[in-house]
Amino acid sequence: MTTGTTTVEVRQLSPGASAIEVSGDVTAASEGPLMDAYASASGTGAKVIILDFGGLDYMNSGGIGLLVTLLVRVQRQGQRLMAVALSEHYRQILALTRLDEAIAIHATAADALAAAGV
Amino acid sequence: MSKNTTATDGAAPPEAPAAPPRSSAANWSKPVDRLAVGAVPTRAMNLNVEGRRLVGPVQGFGQLWQKRYRVRLEGADASPEQVISTWKGEFGTFWPKGNSFYGPITGIAPGDVALLNLAAPGGQTLSTGVLVIYADDESFTFMTPEGHMFAAWITFSAFLDDLAPVVQIEVLLRANDPLYEVSMALFGHRQENAFWMATLHNLAARFNVDATATLEQTCVDRRRQWKNAKNIRHNAAIRSTFWMATHPRRWFRRTGAA
Repeated sequence: MTTGTTTVEVRQLSPGASAIEVSGDVTAASEGPLMDAYASASGTGAKVIILDFGGLDYMNSGGIGLLVTLLVRVQRQGQRLMAVALSEHYRQILALTRLDEAIAIHATAADALAAAGV
Repeated sequence: MSKNTTATDGAAPPEAPAAPPRSSAANWSKPVDRLAVGAVPTRAMNLNVEGRRLVGPVQGFGQLWQKRYRVRLEGADASPEQVISTWKGEFGTFWPKGNSFYGPITGIAPGDVALLNLAAPGGQTLSTGVLVIYADDESFTFMTPEGHMFAAWITFSAFLDDLAPVVQIEVLLRANDPLYEVSMALFGHRQENAFWMATLHNLAARFNVDATATLEQTCVDRRRQWKNAKNIRHNAAIRSTFWMATHPRRWFRRTGAA
């Protein structure tokens, strides 16, 4: 049985960038909160969406699939998706699944903002 | 500013995989640059896997589809873990006839590479493979290599719904190249759906349940990724057909058709 919890919080980092801070578990059940958070982050007019995984406890393959769905939505809006504060383990998973070719990974939100130039 | 929280109640998880351990490190494959095929039976056609890179929806060409096949094992006396354990151990036996899965005899575990020989139109055989990228007690996920029909993740899972085990296959896929994309539109989707629904029917029968699988499918992204049209150079259908044409004696020996 699933007993996971996803918590997301949206922060506007600059006029062109918003961060979605993800805590807890990311599984396929996280779709509602994550997509709601994306709508909120996008509503600020952000061109860069940063996923902050500093509070991530666990992500399974359902969660990885969800990142693809989010990536498609971001690309449709002409935005960029970036990820920060990933542990080495989850960096490896994004490399294994080759999601790192579409989602730029940085250590911190400040690094991501600098790379995005926003 | 917004804050959202969800907590699944455990009664009827609609998604897969379920019941994650707190650390997923042991459930994921180690990073893989290029696939290496282990020992395979001599009857297997071993093409299009060795040295190939993995491809997911980001690297594919065609429209992005999400498909969810399900079957309910009403009355089956088995937990989701027991269903998945059986499925891992006997995976290829549930496939429709004419299709072969050559995986490790120990079952399915993260990092395993399996060779697939699939029935293709015109009596051809398509040789390709998969890597097990994730596996836990209630689910496992495959990722496909270059040349496969799909750039895809395929997750197999089981969960309880009203005390009955429900078995699910969830596929997130793009056709790998323009030729496959045309094939998908003509017959591929129909063939793919029939394949997995028959697989679930056979799995249900293993638990003495006669049930028909259901399908939900959504086109998540209608755009085609033309930058990936060059994937066609790895096309396993073309390469398999060419191999059969240029190695007819080995092909006939392999199939016993001579």
